[in-house]
Amino acid sequence: MSPVDEQQPQFGTLAPDNWKLAIVVGLAVSALAILSLPVKDSFWVTGAMVAMVAAAFVVNAYRRHYYGGLLVSPAIAVLFVMNIFPLLWSLGLSFFAYQSNQQNIRFIGLHNYEQLLTNDLKAPELWGNLTNTAMFVVLTVTAQMIVGFLLAVLFAKQFPLRRYLLILVLTPMMLSVVAVGVFFSYYYDPTFGLLSQAIKAWAGGEQFILMSNKAGAVAGIVFADAWMWSPFVMLLVLAGLVSVPKYLYEAAAIDRVSSWRRFWSITFPYIRGLLMLALLFRTIEAFKLADLVILLTKGANDTMTISYHVIRIANEQNKTSEGAALSYLLLFVVIVLTNLYLYIANRRARGN
Amino acid sequence: MAEATTTFWERLGLRKASGVGEAGWGQTLFAAVISLIYFLPVLLFIVTSFKLQTEALAVPPKFFPTSFFGLILDQYIFSPTLANFTSVFSRAYTAGAAAESTGFDRFFFNSIFIASTSVLLALVIGTLAAYGFSRYPLRGNDTYLFIILTTRMLPAIVVIIPVILMFRVAGLAGSYPGIIFLYTAFNLPFTIWMMKSFFDELSPDVEDAARIDGSSETRVFFKICLPQVLAGLAATFVFGLILTWNEFLFALLLTGVDTRTVPVALNQAVAGGGIGVLWGLLAAIETLFLIPVFLVTFFLQNQLLRGVTFGTVKR
Repeated sequence: MSPVDEQQPQFGTLAPDNWKLAIVVGLAVSALAILSLPVKDSFWVTGAMVAMVAAAFVVNAYRRHYYGGLLVSPAIAVLFVMNIFPLLWSLGLSFFAYQSNQQNIRFIGLHNYEQLLTNDLKAPELWGNLTNTAMFVVLTVTAQMIVGFLLAVLFAKQFPLRRYLLILVLTPMMLSVVAVGVFFSYYYDPTFGLLSQAIKAWAGGEQFILMSNKAGAVAGIVFADAWMWSPFVMLLVLAGLVSVPKYLYEAAAIDRVSSWRRFWSITFPYIRGLLMLALLFRTIEAFKLADLVILLTKGANDTMTISYHVIRIANEQNKTSEGAALSYLLLFVVIVLTNLYLYIANRRARGN
Repeated sequence: MAEATTTFWERLGLRKASGVGEAGWGQTLFAAVISLIYFLPVLLFIVTSFKLQTEALAVPPKFFPTSFFGLILDQYIFSPTLANFTSVFSRAYTAGAAAESTGFDRFFFNSIFIASTSVLLALVIGTLAAYGFSRYPLRGNDTYLFIILTTRMLPAIVVIIPVILMFRVAGLAGSYPGIIFLYTAFNLPFTIWMMKSFFDELSPDVEDAARIDGSSETRVFFKICLPQVLAGLAATFVFGLILTWNEFLFALLLTGVDTRTVPVALNQAVAGGGIGVLWGLLAAIETLFLIPVFLVTFFLQNQLLRGVTFGTVKR
């Protein structure tokens, strides 16, 4: 459609549109600046190099009527500055000994990673947090998928007042995590909380302290999280359910197909993709679970998650580079799992 | 009675059950019970926002604002008050002192301003990019798209440390441009993915016909493609708004006194106080905070459902 196959500038030539050279030079100068200059100066040098690469891209795209590149470039620029550049920076930081409340910075290679994986104190802690996170992922995502699916089935048909009832179910998703944390710590309170009072009225006895052991604390967090995010799963599944063409159901009704078979052969193919998408998004989010834990238990009763652990190390204890190393270990796990998931999903899609 | 209500609801566009895919008032009743149970935690909190502290902590809990003509026992009734809503904006911090402004009017303004600006900015930049990815594929198009999605998978804390350092160096910490720019980046991946799937679904025939008739590329985009994806824009806007409106971690670490958003201020109201948590006040803050996003979602609800369907189901 657009003439993109024109001659690109030679790698060696010094032209304003030679982006390949710009990237190589930019990376080299930035790396030198980061290694030799103080943080503040290296920041501006790196920023200038990024601007240079961006300018090279824009000039190149403009000269070759490369509309795709021109349209995409603002988004790429924003993402690069706000996401990819900080990511690369923190990857770099994870190889240094650096604390954000101190000035000195020292290259220590893989020492941070080595410490996290082999140190007698840190490795078991990391392992404990990882298993906790895995437990939360499995429990919250399972609960959300089941509840979200059932809610979607409930709202799949058109009925009077549907619009008004649907918005009630969607509300939890619109609350801020802080508010949900506040709500549930109010309801779970041993003295005046509704849960404690209901259990006292039902079974008698003293006040009921939900957060007194691990099982209770986990149940409390999982319930709040599942309540908040089931509507998200519902919305996706519902979108699939309402997209099934009606004539398929009408044909099934004429043929007197059993409702079980009707679900598996007509409905399910339409919602499978959306179910997988919901599963992917919620799993990624569940790996990041931290805010609710902070608000409800502050990590007590062995409910520490890995994400909360990173926040603690990096923000409260100022161990910036150690936090960065830990979050790269977490990122590694998430990427491996996501790719595994995408691989299985693709293979199954191809198999069908 | 049944007749009168039916015509009333019919006037609102709700039809009676007939044929496949429709159900009657029985389904409404069932769904109403489930929805209300699901909504109960929110409802109880909204009720709490009308209670004074002693009533919020009452054992047994006081659920009802009136006796409903003597149906409810006195011990379950509280006397509703608007005091919490006024003290969201100004209250006396110590007993007997004069009422001071709490700054919450500013925080509400910040939330509205920051969320709407950044979501709209992401929508503009993201829609352009999505159109580019869809119509003028780059070499390695899919790789770019995967990298863009990957940025959304990362724990926020991975990027936040360098962003804080970067903002401090660039003088953006605690300023509006800083947090708006950050939220724009935060919303972009999702916006691009969603809008791209909308553009992909459009039939290229109309566009090609317009090009043959001599329309410029700009005209094709604005006059032909954009009007067809309005539902998608609405759906993306709502999703982005919900996520940005409630974002907490970035806001906590990157907003200053002047740019603080409501979730951060709410968190501080939970932590501070000294005389214990003021439940009625927190409930009032969250109730006020819920209203705008609730209304937007309600009015764009149909687009939201249509948008999700259109954008993600491939046939």
